[in-house]
Amino acid sequence: MDINDTRALLERILADIAPEAALGEVGDDEDLRQALDLDSMDFLNVVVGLHEATAVEIPEADYPRLFTLTGMAAYLP
Amino acid sequence: MSEFLLPSLGADMESARVVEWLVAEGDRVSSGDLVAVLETDKGAIDVEIFQNGVIAQLVAPLDVELPVGAVLALVDTGAHEPAASPVAAAVEAAPAAPPAQTSAAVPDTTTRSAPAAADAGTAMASSAVRASPLARRLAAEQGIDLAALRGSGPGGAVIAADLAARGGAARAARRGFDATAMRRAIGAAMSRSKREIPHYYLSRQVCLAPALRWLEEANAARGVADRLLPAVLLLRASALALAAFPQFNGHYEDERFTPAPEVNLGWAIALRGGGLVAPAIRAAHERDLDALMAALRDLVKRARGGGLRASELTSATVTVTSLGERGAEAVWPVIHPPQVAMLGFGAVLTRPWVTAGRIAALPVVTLSLAADHRVSDGHAGSLLLEDIATRLAEPERL
Repeated sequence: MDINDTRALLERILADIAPEAALGEVGDDEDLRQALDLDSMDFLNVVVGLHEATAVEIPEADYPRLFTLTGMAAYLP
Repeated sequence: MSEFLLPSLGADMESARVVEWLVAEGDRVSSGDLVAVLETDKGAIDVEIFQNGVIAQLVAPLDVELPVGAVLALVDTGAHEPAASPVAAAVEAAPAAPPAQTSAAVPDTTTRSAPAAADAGTAMASSAVRASPLARRLAAEQGIDLAALRGSGPGGAVIAADLAARGGAARAARRGFDATAMRRAIGAAMSRSKREIPHYYLSRQVCLAPALRWLEEANAARGVADRLLPAVLLLRASALALAAFPQFNGHYEDERFTPAPEVNLGWAIALRGGGLVAPAIRAAHERDLDALMAALRDLVKRARGGGLRASELTSATVTVTSLGERGAEAVWPVIHPPQVAMLGFGAVLTRPWVTAGRIAALPVVTLSLAADHRVSDGHAGSLLLEDIATRLAEPERL
């Protein structure tokens, strides 16, 4: 997935989970969990949101590949 | 006729404001129904009624600070005006059948919202739609047609949250959160705790290798949305252990401890922008892992987005806090009065652990307990922690 599309998708998902999260200020390679103060429940909800939007089955072992926007863009089709 | 009073949502709550009515005059209510949204120092809280009857009058004005115990509404319970005799009182207290015969006498008010003063001038074209006064006002301010919204309030009424769901500014209006007020409330409750409760503290390290291995396998077989978080295993083990150690589960009031029949487990949730809230998962010891995960997901969402219920803030019999993956190694909890214990889990860290005479690098968590010396002592506390550790070592039995 294109990095800009990834950013737009994540923005939509975060609107439900952490509406005040300022994704615009987060760099492509920053760890989203730290940058946005996401706990494990928040991150699980992000993964659920990505799965619902793309229908990609995301095994738990792949979670570390979703910690940054760059990683997400590379992982999602 | 009975009075519906502003409830206390904690030992240190003195006042609150009604910001939205979720019922109108003439509405039939049953015990447990949500009737109003209160703005408190814990944020916006949905408050339930514990009476059956018909809302006769909404007494409290909107957006006015009222003391705990103030009359919010009058409820026609259908019972005869109670004569001052013990017999009549007993009859009224009995869980009588719903007084259906009174409903015919109640005018149909589904197209009217109340109190009249609050929605004067905002009735407009959408007055035929059932909606709360706040939703009406916000819709008018934002030029939103109420008829276009799907109501989630009682009887399908549009409430402010429905406008928020549509992306309006109502969310901020309804779920306004005052960080200063919350800090003050936490300070007051914790000061009382430190003043009144003779805390003692215990801790032990627990190896989570078996639990996390079991969880990894369980999650591999589950879809994304059905996966469990490690916190759920900690929660389940704690709830089962607490059910077996009643000295740590209950309330200390009026110089004596009353153990609770169920483990209503308060779960501490950090709020964005500061502060925390610890709503209760009712009868947590009777819920399996999936039910606990669902409860946790729901509570975290409502704690942060708004919609916690008053009863969830007052019914906890014990509290558990888990610092999460980026937390510190250990926590020394401050007991929330009138509870008598609080359990804490630090972050899960990879640490050297001796197993079968060898040192291995394994995931380890520091489990801690703060408990009330008026009720228990360190020996019992040690047994409680050991019980939790034993349960976590046998995750397949959780």
